[in-house]
Amino acid sequence: MPSLGADMEAGTLVEWKVKPGDEVKRGDLVAVVDTNKGAIEIEIWEAGVVEEIRTAVGTKVPVGTVLAVVRGAGEAAAAPPPAPAPPPAAAAPAAVPGPPPPSPALAPPRPGVRVRASPAARARARELGVDAASVRGTGPDGAVTVADVEAAARRPTAAPIRQAIAAAMSRSNREIPHYYLGTEIELSATLAWLARENERRPVTERLLLVALLLKAVARAAREVPEVNGHFVDGAFRPADAAHLGIAISLRQGGLIAPALHDVEKKALGDVMRDLNDLVARARQGGLRSSELTDATLTVTSLGDLGVQTVYGVIYPPQVALVGFGRVQERPWASGGKVEARPVVSATLSGDHRVSDGIRGAQFLAAVDRLLHAPEGL
Amino acid sequence: MTRDEIRSVVRSILSGIAPEVDLDHVRPEADLRDELDIDSMDFLRFVVGVHERLGVDVPEADYPRIRTLDGCVAYLDRRLSAPAGAETGGAS
Repeated sequence: MPSLGADMEAGTLVEWKVKPGDEVKRGDLVAVVDTNKGAIEIEIWEAGVVEEIRTAVGTKVPVGTVLAVVRGAGEAAAAPPPAPAPPPAAAAPAAVPGPPPPSPALAPPRPGVRVRASPAARARARELGVDAASVRGTGPDGAVTVADVEAAARRPTAAPIRQAIAAAMSRSNREIPHYYLGTEIELSATLAWLARENERRPVTERLLLVALLLKAVARAAREVPEVNGHFVDGAFRPADAAHLGIAISLRQGGLIAPALHDVEKKALGDVMRDLNDLVARARQGGLRSSELTDATLTVTSLGDLGVQTVYGVIYPPQVALVGFGRVQERPWASGGKVEARPVVSATLSGDHRVSDGIRGAQFLAAVDRLLHAPEGL
Repeated sequence: MTRDEIRSVVRSILSGIAPEVDLDHVRPEADLRDELDIDSMDFLRFVVGVHERLGVDVPEADYPRIRTLDGCVAYLDRRLSAPAGAETGGAS
């Protein structure tokens, strides 16, 4: 079970797209997993032959659980490895049956957390699907009682996707020292070019301004690599491509930010086509696992909702987030004259562990410059 | 094609974009973006849907004329009734 986000602890296997004996290659979709971000299609990163399915459809398992065994090219078929011994770790001289898979309704216990709870309270927690480790105990010395468990079960809980957002954003505010920069970008030449471009394109290939904004952000990120990558294990790892996370609102509520890959390399028409496809799959189901994990820099645009300026929260382990507001006519001074011009607010939320204001400013200046030459995007 | 048939096709296109919305409660004179909570990408999908289902290519300059359900039906009725190559004219 892959980790499809910093907040993910488990997922439910809902469909296998392969069976033992099937040949698979890198990038093939092999399964569908249900997570708090919806149903996600899982890609495989190895080539080989499916040897054994280890997790049945309908089972909820923790991140890291083996779902299937794939025999690589050139490898002989082998007996399945012995199931891992339960902690404390011990040598396993022979294959031993592993523990039964967790019930789909019961969250797996958090490793390393000792729960002070009576046997009755533990049993009641299992019945109600409550994580006893997450319950505040009111019994002697803070022990969790049956009443505590039942109260926790009655407490309204947020929808899974809201829980995922809460976890990620809370982690971001705890771990990432944010700084914020903003600029205004005058768009009259850009929009005029876009209108001329759309006149010559068939309706099915029309571009929206968002495609130009994304392309400019991706190209600018290559000029200022400190905004594009991941902060992991105390160090920044710059990305070798701009996989832009696209903040997409879900019609049932919530937000998801799947990756649009290699934006700096795509033609504008391909950015638009792939963006359309990504938004449709985000809202209807069908996102792929790589799209949930690969984003190197996220872009959010709230202009359609009338928002003028966005000060976003960085999605860990990314190190920056770009925000665009509404394009609106504003007084603009140029050449000694003041005229009404279309202007958009662009902001950068930056991780101060990785970049300083001057590099952030250079990034926004690059976005401005690139948007002023749309024919080059 | 009658106006009722056009309205039916338009509602069908919109229901594919905002499936959770009860179109019977959409105010026909109100902006579709507000009534259906659709963004610019959804609106472009709507324009593409109109092209694919009715064969009408709505230029960007005419987008303001199809922002409401009533306006959209009236606009498409004029376009479908006009001789091929005729200019669209008049307010929605």
